[in-house]
Amino acid sequence: MTTPILSIRDLTVDIPTRHGILRPVSGVSYDIAAGEILGVVGESGAGKSMAGNAVIGLLNPPAHISAGEIHLNGKRIDHLQRDQMRRLRGKEIGMVFQDPLTSLNPLLKIGDQLTETMLAHLDITAQEARKRAIAALEEVGIPGAAERVDSYPHEFSGGMRQRVVIALALCAEPSLVIADEPTTALDVSVQAQIIALLKKLCRERGTAVMLITHDMGVIAEAADRVAVMYAGKLVELGPVRDVLTTPLHPYTDGLMGSTPLASRGKDRLHQIPGAMPRLDALPQGCAFHPRCPKAQDQCRHDPAPRIEDGAGRAACFFPLAREEVA
Amino acid sequence: MSLVSIRSLTRIFDVSKPWLNRLIERKPKALLTAVSDVSFEIEEKTVYALVGESGSGKSTIGKMLVGLLGPSSGAVEIRGVDLARETDAQKVDDVRADIQMIFQDPFASLNPRWRVRDIIAEPVAARGGETGGLAEKLLEQVGLSARDAGKFPHEFSGGQRQRICIARALASEPKLIVCDEPTSALDVSVQAQVLNLMSDLKDEFGLTYLFISHDLTVVQHMADRIGVLYLGRLVEEASPDALFDDPKHPYTQMLLAAAPQLGAFGRDVPPPTGEIPDPINPPPGCAYNPRCPLATDLCRTERPELREVRDARVACHFAE
Ligand SMILES: Nc1ncnc2c1ncn2[C@@H]1O[C@H](COP(=O)(O)OP(=O)(O)OP(=O)(O)O)[C@@H](O)[C@H]1O
Ligand SMILES: Nc1ncnc2c1ncn2[C@@H]1O[C@H](COP(=O)(O)OP(=O)(O)OP(=O)(O)O)[C@@H](O)[C@H]1O
Ligand code: SF4
Ligand code: SF4
Ligand SMILES: [Mg+2]
Ligand SMILES: [Mg+2]
Repeated sequence: MTTPILSIRDLTVDIPTRHGILRPVSGVSYDIAAGEILGVVGESGAGKSMAGNAVIGLLNPPAHISAGEIHLNGKRIDHLQRDQMRRLRGKEIGMVFQDPLTSLNPLLKIGDQLTETMLAHLDITAQEARKRAIAALEEVGIPGAAERVDSYPHEFSGGMRQRVVIALALCAEPSLVIADEPTTALDVSVQAQIIALLKKLCRERGTAVMLITHDMGVIAEAADRVAVMYAGKLVELGPVRDVLTTPLHPYTDGLMGSTPLASRGKDRLHQIPGAMPRLDALPQGCAFHPRCPKAQDQCRHDPAPRIEDGAGRAACFFPLAREEVA
Repeated sequence: MSLVSIRSLTRIFDVSKPWLNRLIERKPKALLTAVSDVSFEIEEKTVYALVGESGSGKSTIGKMLVGLLGPSSGAVEIRGVDLARETDAQKVDDVRADIQMIFQDPFASLNPRWRVRDIIAEPVAARGGETGGLAEKLLEQVGLSARDAGKFPHEFSGGQRQRICIARALASEPKLIVCDEPTSALDVSVQAQVLNLMSDLKDEFGLTYLFISHDLTVVQHMADRIGVLYLGRLVEEASPDALFDDPKHPYTQMLLAAAPQLGAFGRDVPPPTGEIPDPINPPPGCAYNPRCPLATDLCRTERPELREVRDARVACHFAE
């Protein structure tokens, strides 16, 4: 087997507080291969962004990685110094966030932002960088790229800005892109444009993508595999079609049932009772047990099994049988 | 008889710079038509949904319906009473009391310093009504507990706060509730709980909803009738089945094709082209013409009227 671009093992993030340690990410393991899009889904507060931020070294103190390892192209990166990490971002890892303005400098022309990033990471001349900047803008579908290269971020619409951010994330030819809710703030038609663009560029270049979103529809269309998170843990991992059509973890099953898309024509949506627990009030045993229709005594006492490297798909003592799901 | 009748409703906002700046820069007045000549009816005890992308005028229509905004022209009639023109104050008051609104952001729409009991009873107290035990009863009806009445909003999750907003909306026993993106800020599993609750309450109290959302899947699930807005104009109106199985307006077709689909694994459809035009200078004729694959010269000069096309009403010169 070829080495994956990104490999996360037992990743744990802790936040020490006055009332004890909170654990927003707990023992998470997954890989992303070259040219693969891994969708990371889960409800608000599940730890999706924290896990992504841990990979790019952007955890806000006091949050920190307290256990586990992260490897990028076979090289361990979770214990790098700040400045080493900064070089890695941009060069090896591109980033796209929900709000394009967080990635763009409002005072700089977009062309200058692109050329600056390329000059910092690639061995090319300023002239060549400008040529590539225009080509990059053309590639992401900015009309009149040769003129727009000298515009400022505020002169673009939200959708166009997100295109610029994608150009910026990809211009130094990183091997991994982390896209955290890249289309959540955009309209459906613009979202479709951005997702199609991200898919195309990454496929063409063999970039590995971590696509964080809470939208199951986006995952279905864009991802090759999907990782489902709940209360800081990875609860299900597998090929997107399998996980979405025949989920094995009771939480994934509940999530799919409560999505209106999946229940067209039904009078009522399937309901998961209750809500995801807060980090300072995690139940003992499997964190999902208070809401789980299949919970047994064991679930209330023992921590649920973990999804280790590729072994097992659902972190559950009593995963659904395929027949039950249909 | 329809409960609500909206006729040629139009709302124009003056978005000009201050007059001195205009004088110096020699700029004309800038007028933004947020809602343009929109007409539809809402039957009693049904759910009418308005969908459309950001800025299409959904919230502006909702606000005109509850009287938070006045129309620039056209009319909102509720049970035959024209809210903006009726001179009998008592009649207007009675109709107003029958309408409530629920907003998208359950965090912003609850006063943080008030106890839940007072928040819920407020619409009734404001009209001098009897409020004893009211909040407790309503809290149980929306799936919370009577004990929650003494708590403050910050002690609740997003989904629970939206339930409190719903309880408040129900307090004055309204007939019509305008729901503006009521679940957009919620997670899917919580959204399912709130949507189910809204359906149950509708049946139980015989409510009518104007349901505003940009999420097609939610609308498909909730609505009896759907109106699609583009740049302040109603471009298509149909039942959910007719709209989703056989969209007739090119914009609706594009919107449905662009919406992410659960069953469409690895789908590679050509994404839609173009963007929503500037609402201050909308394209002449059909507002969709710059993006429409079927556009002709007629579309660039003449605005299409909303007309019956089989089981729908469509504003397109060529829909059939
Ligand atoms: N500084 C902090 N102190 C305490 N808890 C925090 C802090 N920062 C984040 N958290 C908690 O960490 C958890 C994980 O947050 P994270 O942002 O990763 O969630 P997410 O899955 O990305 O959710 P969303 O869909 O809302 O973006 C949340 O419960 C959040 O409340
Ligand atoms: N008070 C106002 N002053 C000026 N322009 C306004 C005002 N309210 C709304 N608009 C404009 O009217 C248009 C319609 O706005 P509206 O809020 O009704 O859209 P919407 O469909 O609810 O959008 P969203 O999905 O973003 O909530 C937009 O172009 C908006 O900028
Ligand atoms: S481990 Fe038990 S409680 Fe947790 S999801 Fe599986 S069956 Fe449910
Ligand atoms: S009227 Fe013309 S431009 Fe408008 S939607 Fe119909 S065909 Fe397209
Ligand atoms: Mg997040
Ligand atoms: Mg709105």
